[in-house]
Formats: sequence, C-alpha cells, structure tokens
Amino acid sequence: MLPARFELHRAETIADALALVAEHGEDATFYAGGTELLVALKARVLRYGHVVDIKRIEALRGIAERAGGTLVIGALATHYQIANHPLVLQHFPAYAALSADVANIRVRVAGTLGGNLCFAEPHADPPALLCALDARVVLAGPEGERVVPMTDFILGEFTTARADGELLVRVEIPRMQVGATTAYRAFGHLERPAVSVAAMRSADARWRFWVGAISGHPTLLECAPEEVADAAAKLDAHDDLHGSAEYKRHLVAVLARRAAQACLS
Amino acid sequence: MSAVPMIDIAFVLNGRPARATIEPRELLIDLLRNRFGLTGSKRSCDVEVCGACTVLVDGLPVSSCTTLAADADGRDVLTIEGLARGGELDRVQRAFVSHGAMQCGFCTPGMVMAVKALLALDPHPSEEAISHFLRGNICRCTGYVKIIEAVKELAR
Repeated sequence: MLPARFELHRAETIADALALVAEHGEDATFYAGGTELLVALKARVLRYGHVVDIKRIEALRGIAERAGGTLVIGALATHYQIANHPLVLQHFPAYAALSADVANIRVRVAGTLGGNLCFAEPHADPPALLCALDARVVLAGPEGERVVPMTDFILGEFTTARADGELLVRVEIPRMQVGATTAYRAFGHLERPAVSVAAMRSADARWRFWVGAISGHPTLLECAPEEVADAAAKLDAHDDLHGSAEYKRHLVAVLARRAAQACLS
Repeated sequence: MSAVPMIDIAFVLNGRPARATIEPRELLIDLLRNRFGLTGSKRSCDVEVCGACTVLVDGLPVSSCTTLAADADGRDVLTIEGLARGGELDRVQRAFVSHGAMQCGFCTPGMVMAVKALLALDPHPSEEAISHFLRGNICRCTGYVKIIEAVKELAR
C-alpha cells in the first residue's frame, strides 16, 4: 500500500516545525519514527497533504539527567535507545525492560517515545508505567512550553491533551523516592499488550497499580495487592480483538499480583 | 491532488553510493525492489509485524515496507543482496544453508538480515536472546527450530 500524495517538509528546529504545522493546519502532521503514522497513512485512515519530519531537530534528541536526578528523555528517543541507555538501566530498570519488549526490534528501532504517547493507541506499553513513575510531558506550542502530568495526558483512545499545533518535545521522569520499587507486567497474544499493570510501592509501603490498555487511558487502582482482584473485577473494560472484558479483568489481577511480587523481591 | 515536489536522496546501498529522485510518499521497499531491482526484501504483512521486508539501515533492522525512502537519505542501507562478497555467501547465509533453516524461503531474507543485526550487536546471544530478537520475524512454514539452531551455531 502506498500513502496518498503528501509534501514532505524536513524541519531543522522546533520553531520551524511549529510554524509549518501552523501554516498548514489540519492538513499537516508531525512525523518521526512513522511506526504508527505510516501504517495509518498507507491504510488511508489518516490523510495529510503536509508531513513535517521532525527527526532532524537536535533539541528533540537525547536522554540526560538534570540536576536533582530528573531523567529527561527527548521526544525522538526510540524504544531501542531507551532500553539500552545507561541512565535508564541504572535508575529505571523496569522502564528499560518495558522498552526492550515493545512490539518487535524493528518497531523499537524506529518508534519514538513522543510518537507512541501522542498517537495514544490504547494498547501501548509505556503510558501505564510512565503514570506510575509520575512522569511529565512537555509540550511546545506557539505560546511557549507547558507541562502536563502523564496521568492527565492521555484522554482516551487516540486522544491526548496535546492541542493541534503543539509538539511533544520531551518527557521528564523524577528520580524515584529512596526505598520505592516499581515493576511492569504485560500480556497479549498479539504484538501489543491486551492489558498491562505497572505497580509502584512507595517507601512507606503504599501501593498504586496503573492498569494499561484496559480502556482508552491508564486507570489507577489504589489498593493493597490482596485487594487488587476485587478492584480489577470492577474495572470498565470491553471485548475486542485482544480478548473479552472478563478475560482482561482476570489478566489485570494476575499481572498486578506478579508486578507486586516483583516489587517485593 | 496536484503534484508535490520530488526529493533527491543520496545514500549507500550495499556498500556503494546510490542516488534517486523520489516522491515523498515512496516507500523504501519500493525504491529497493522497483528502482534498484533488489527483490530479496519481500512485502508481506505490510504493517511491520512479519519481518519479510527487513533491511538494515545504519546496521539496525527496519521494516522497509513502512519506512519512507526519503529517510534513507544520508544513511547506509544493507539488503540481503549485499551480504555475499566475491560470490561467497555470508556466514549467516552459510549457516542457514547448512542447517536447512528454510522451507518456502519467503521469510528467509528478512530472517537473515535480522540475524545479521543481532550478531553485530551481540556476537554471543543466548537462545532466549535469539528468540526474543527474532520474535518479529514470522516463518509461516513454522520452521523456527532449524533457524534457531543455525543462529545458535553462529552465536558460539
């Protein structure tokens, strides 16, 4: 399949990219790894006359640590780069492991974190764990930058808090509290998770379970591990290609228990 | 829709400089197959799941069916046709032959390219690492056992 015709613009700076999308409005889109966008363009479920390639923008690259220990991940960081980056492996091994398991190696090599989050495909791995890690998403727009907590970023299936014309520029993850532990578990028979669970145990033994892929956005269960099965049974879920609603609720309980065990081991 | 500006790209293809003038929407697999006659990379699932179209870009595997040809600009592209040197097969190809690691052969070019990338990144992968890396390369004949055996021999 071939996408419909479009003009390709190669932006060199964030300002260039924002200006191009502002100029062409709804007929323009940002383009990075293309693992979601090109599939949709080929299937013609999306169509744009102007595709703004942001891969040459140096300011969107890189993974670094800021004073205070906050990890800053550029929007163009690929799952492959995140999985293998020394800072991620050292401070967020659960996130490195998640990234090493996204889809397949070709998707991990091409697919970017920024694109993954902005596309907001509900059966994606990173959002649930990034919610558990209290990550923040930084958006750049014509008026400047604004910060959105990850827990508020994904609004529903393929829908985020990013306004038209805004570009996700980086994701920030604060250093975990000393003594806190986190783990992520996912299961699916396709390349995407049917459901996933990110568990976070604070230093004072409070638990949070962020459930991914169960609905349009990550869902929080704030309860002890022994209460997760009951909480999971009440989750809003629907039947789809990935399994029945009942099966998914069952998976949540199993995955939450496993993630909790991993936090304690 | 009216015509859009074409793009000139220059890249390295199987070790040699290459140039092309392309439409922005052109896909890497079509550039390779239709313009350069390199038909080893196969179009199959067309959605990055099966791996039959795998080529290496700067040493890493990509789905050429879902990569813009424009993104080959300035990069190093290696296809199955670029592996043999002076009429001699690459060691990955030889291992696949000696282990009979192919049935219908349709997945083989992509499988070989993925293995090429794996061994460059990790010369001695465990069986688990081999399976994990090749998870995105599907053999519809289900000939996985011999493929894994071939890679295990290379991984020693």
